[in-house]
Amino acid sequence: MTAARPQRLRDYAPLVFPALMLTVFFVVPFGIMVAISFFRRVQGAFYEPDFVFDNYARFLSAFFGQVLGFSLVLAALVALVAVTIAFPFTFLLARLSRRWQVVWLVALLSIVSLSEVIVGFAWSTLFSRTAGVTNILVALGLMSEPMSLSPSFGALLTGLSYHAFPYTVLVLYPALARLDPTLMEAARTLGASPPRAFVTVVVPALRNTILATMIMVFVFALGSYLLPQLLGRPSNWTLSVLITDQAIYQSNLPFAAAMAVFLVLVSLALVGLSLLVGRKEAAQ
Amino acid sequence: MMRPTQGVNRRRILAGGAAGLAALGMPTILRAAEKTLKVGVYGGFFKDSFDKHIFPEFTKATGIAVESIAEPTGEAWLVQLSQAARAGVAPADVSMMSQTALLKGEAGDLWAPLDLGQMKNTANLVERFVNKYPDGRVAGIGAVSWYITLVTNTKAFPEAPTSWAALWDPANKDKLGLLALVSNSFLLEVTAATFFGGTKALDDEAGQLKAFEKLAEVKPNVKLWYRDEAQFEQALKSGEIPMGQYYHDVTGLAAADGHPVRSTFPKEGGILDSGSWAVSRASKALDEAHVFINYMCQPEIQALMSRKVGTSPTVRRDLLDLTDAEFAAVSSDIPPIVPRYDLYLSRADWLNQKWTEMIVG
Repeated sequence: MTAARPQRLRDYAPLVFPALMLTVFFVVPFGIMVAISFFRRVQGAFYEPDFVFDNYARFLSAFFGQVLGFSLVLAALVALVAVTIAFPFTFLLARLSRRWQVVWLVALLSIVSLSEVIVGFAWSTLFSRTAGVTNILVALGLMSEPMSLSPSFGALLTGLSYHAFPYTVLVLYPALARLDPTLMEAARTLGASPPRAFVTVVVPALRNTILATMIMVFVFALGSYLLPQLLGRPSNWTLSVLITDQAIYQSNLPFAAAMAVFLVLVSLALVGLSLLVGRKEAAQ
Repeated sequence: MMRPTQGVNRRRILAGGAAGLAALGMPTILRAAEKTLKVGVYGGFFKDSFDKHIFPEFTKATGIAVESIAEPTGEAWLVQLSQAARAGVAPADVSMMSQTALLKGEAGDLWAPLDLGQMKNTANLVERFVNKYPDGRVAGIGAVSWYITLVTNTKAFPEAPTSWAALWDPANKDKLGLLALVSNSFLLEVTAATFFGGTKALDDEAGQLKAFEKLAEVKPNVKLWYRDEAQFEQALKSGEIPMGQYYHDVTGLAAADGHPVRSTFPKEGGILDSGSWAVSRASKALDEAHVFINYMCQPEIQALMSRKVGTSPTVRRDLLDLTDAEFAAVSSDIPPIVPRYDLYLSRADWLNQKWTEMIVG
């Protein structure tokens, strides 16, 4: 794809509106958040404008480090699970007839329209002892009595991966739909089985797409704060849950802002790092 | 106190619907009133119920019109009131405030001192419902109260538990649902009342640490630390999580609907949380505010609120015409566990940090 480079100032005009929106709705609020993160917390009241590092100092402890570490690992696992399932799924989807593709895509979009609350409640019911899936296993004679699977880490990982899955497919779909079918055909002609051709030809060919998708799912999962409360135990709560606690329930906006700034910086750094690694690999 | 600020939940929708139905049977009161009082109440269930059952009666009795204002969630309302007061403006004359918010307002001298002499009915109140500044001026008057009790699923627990100590019973492993925050579960107070002879044991840090240590023993029994009321209520009804702490009135409603649940006042007492009326110092309707608060302290009005809104009365029981069943639906004669709101002011961050480390770690 090649496009003419913008020559004159006027050629940048279409960018004005998005840039303005980005400034008003992202840059300014983020700036306010950074400012508040340096304000002084007044216990028993609210905060006062100031320039102190107390809020960051409180965050730099083994406890919050552990919570941050857990959040990052959880988000990475969700990205891994969602892309591992969604990539072959989308590959097969892109090879279906137009009609069936539309059916599948509409179904996926309808999942996107569900709120996190509904997804969380649905999974906690599916994982419950009284009405959950284990009752089916009992009916089939595979288990002796129904058991509760939620709240647990597994339930949380399932819920988050489910929630991220449709987005993952929608991001992967254009690349996989455009993939040159002759690549597979060539591999098959040279004697590779379809699974082998998929793993050795299709996956490497779309390495960058996969990496970009994983980053998107990672960031998506990192911000989740409702599902960890509905499907996880306290040890499965993400940093976002603790930020909500501080902002809404403790009226400690400076500390909440400091944690949020830290989370944004760490995730930006990780995204940058993985892009760098991806580029190096591509260069080799 | 988080309760009135927890967004839309099933309870509010149910209660709001019931209030709406009741309102259909009442004539609309349209009356030209010369004086208007702006009253802030928690948005949703409380505001709807007050608009339907209480404020029209007040206007009829006194000729003072009420403009009710929905207070936003969290402590945002306190921020708005104090910032407006600095500019000499009162977004509401009288506001219903949580106990912690009331104390924070006191720290900033936000509330106009009230004159008990102008409010004869305040003599009806149980003493704890008169909030005073440290120097003795009256800052607020109890508006409504409600209980958090020990609740159980009757199928899983045929016998009702009698003490909060049931939470610690090893037989109840992985069976409990408890509120997730130190400042809305009041479990430190429960621990102190159950094992250390009362909430006075929380006076110093050593006592607080001891309570934390004891409370940590409950962790293996807890299946769900909930922020969302609906999630626990559903699990309690289905028996998925058969025991925990929950609101007495809602549990009673669920039991009346035929669900296998019960609310028990443990022998150490239920947790009594409440909201108070307070007047912004910027208000220019101080006289009307006194008339309003005085009106709300009448036993008849408190009984009306118990019947229609489901709140526990703030006036002494002997003055009320509530039947035993009506009283039991909202309250109990067992002395309550009153939360140590002062701690959530002076040691808020420390308690929050210890608590989070305890349940997450």
